[in-house]
Amino acid sequence: MLKARGLTKTYGDTEVVRGLDLEVRRGECFGLLGPNGAGKTTTLRLLLGLIEPDAGSIELAGIAVPQRAREARMKVGVVPQMDNLDPDFSVRENLLAYGRYFGMGKAAVAARVPELLDFAGLASKADAQISQLSGGMKRRLTLARALVHDPDILFLDEPTTGLDPQARHLIWQGLRRLIGAGKTIVLTTHFMDEAERLTDRLAILDHGRVVAEGAPRGLIESHIEPAVVEVFGEGLADWTEHHAVRLCQRFETVGETLFCYTSTPDTVIDALRHAPALRYLHRPSNLEDVFLKLTGRDLRD
Amino acid sequence: MSHFFRLPRLSWRFVPVWQRNYLVWKKLAIPSILGNLADPMLYMLGLGYGLGSLLPNVGGMPYLTFLAAGTVAYSTMNAATFEVLYSSFSRMHVQRTWDAILNAPLTLDDVMLGELTWAASKSLLSGLAILAVIWGLGLYGNFWMTLWIVPVVALVGFCFGGMGLVMNALSPSYDFFLYYFTLVITPMVLLCGVFFPVSQLPAAVQGVSAWLPLTHAIDLARPLVVGTVPDNVALHVMALLIYGSLGYIIALALTRRRLLK
Ligand SMILES: Nc1ncnc2c1ncn2[C@@H]1O[C@H](COP(=O)(O)OP(=O)(O)OP(=O)(O)O)[C@@H](O)[C@H]1O
Ligand SMILES: [Mg+2]
Repeated sequence: MLKARGLTKTYGDTEVVRGLDLEVRRGECFGLLGPNGAGKTTTLRLLLGLIEPDAGSIELAGIAVPQRAREARMKVGVVPQMDNLDPDFSVRENLLAYGRYFGMGKAAVAARVPELLDFAGLASKADAQISQLSGGMKRRLTLARALVHDPDILFLDEPTTGLDPQARHLIWQGLRRLIGAGKTIVLTTHFMDEAERLTDRLAILDHGRVVAEGAPRGLIESHIEPAVVEVFGEGLADWTEHHAVRLCQRFETVGETLFCYTSTPDTVIDALRHAPALRYLHRPSNLEDVFLKLTGRDLRD
Repeated sequence: MSHFFRLPRLSWRFVPVWQRNYLVWKKLAIPSILGNLADPMLYMLGLGYGLGSLLPNVGGMPYLTFLAAGTVAYSTMNAATFEVLYSSFSRMHVQRTWDAILNAPLTLDDVMLGELTWAASKSLLSGLAILAVIWGLGLYGNFWMTLWIVPVVALVGFCFGGMGLVMNALSPSYDFFLYYFTLVITPMVLLCGVFFPVSQLPAAVQGVSAWLPLTHAIDLARPLVVGTVPDNVALHVMALLIYGSLGYIIALALTRRRLLK
């Protein structure tokens, strides 16, 4: 459904996307993960043919991009990182206007509007102005807008950033319905739980490069020890020096917390029993651990 | 820059962009029309009667007629300029409406053509309103000749819409537009024969004036009001077309650099 080879994009002296290869299969939900500035949005803009790559080739829905980007975009719905609903129009009018951009006739769009409003849970808000909507409603409307022409593929750039948990769950619910309906989805996010929940496969992007790719479970299994014991409290430095080095397969100290990665958490916990001043949290390792291992813990902006 | 420069590829996809602006305008049409027209109308009638009563014939006609013919072009220029400066800028930069549209199968060429044709349409209305006053007050020489003012006004709107889009592409904020008004629009109003004949200006300044688009607009509009065939029609039409098209082409390249780099 989507194939990109050797994508490269340079801004000034910085290579923002560096030889990226991506392949997304039909009906798949594919995640693009990466810290701020990793090049996620730039990659999506390249894939849509909005900007031209300095090198590389793209095929979107079987159509060469950017050469025939206009045709390719007919088959894609986009939820951009920043909401850009039309503030001069009501909720319903936003959908009607967007359908026209895809060349749909008035009757064809109008026929789809009730279904889309329903999907977005905005049926009662059809005539509301955009400024009256909450952040979650705006996001849902943007998602509905992206579906107006019934695209095969959806690009979602951080669909739930800035939303509260309730609103995020509503978006996820919508996305699951779309996945169930067989849509191909490409989604960027920095929420690991979002990626774990929704994606079949994902690529972790850092400095414009794919640093790991695979199914969420597979990535966790192949990149990291199965368990994490987070240790914090009085005397941590001392314990680290005497025990962590010996008991943990890998460990990291971040601020006041020691992250001890291990496949034998019981031995670590046993050892911690003899250090009552320390507190700990034992949990299975997750995608976030993989992400932090591969992209580091430094701030990016 | 060369990378962004490409001749526009025109397509009918611009129509929904025009339509979007039209539908938004329609919601507030009455106040918008009144707001846009009151100003030129007041100037024209105030100066025309007030100053006109003190003046003999100006350019071979009553001052009110002289001024009305200038105001048709001036008012159209202003309407087109305001639209592509403030309104287009808000759609491009503030509301990010263009970004949303570009995710659909439209190119920037389409979006900006939609904006340009919309600016021309909206300014057409401004020109027509002044024309209506000319009709109402019987300021014309030959009614049928004045009908030619309609396409002239559309062309003037296209010309200044295209030019204004260049400013839109370059501007970091609304404040920047003031320079355009102070350095381009206002001097043009004074040099191109809106309020007084260009022949009153020093010869060197007249030479400059002959190159300015508003001069070409007025050289077409004024004879048509009086009821004579304008001289050098082809020259004036070409000049307006070239200013407008060059503006659009340059603006497109600059906006590509701004939005699609
Ligand atoms: N038009 C541009 N001109 C110059 N630099 C740019 C441009 N667009 C993006 N960049 C730079 O490219 C890098 C990647 O940006 P991009 O927006 O693709 O990152 P991202 O992964 O989407 O980040 P975020 O999570 O913050 O959205 C950043 O360092 C950014 O500053
Ligand atoms: Mg981004």
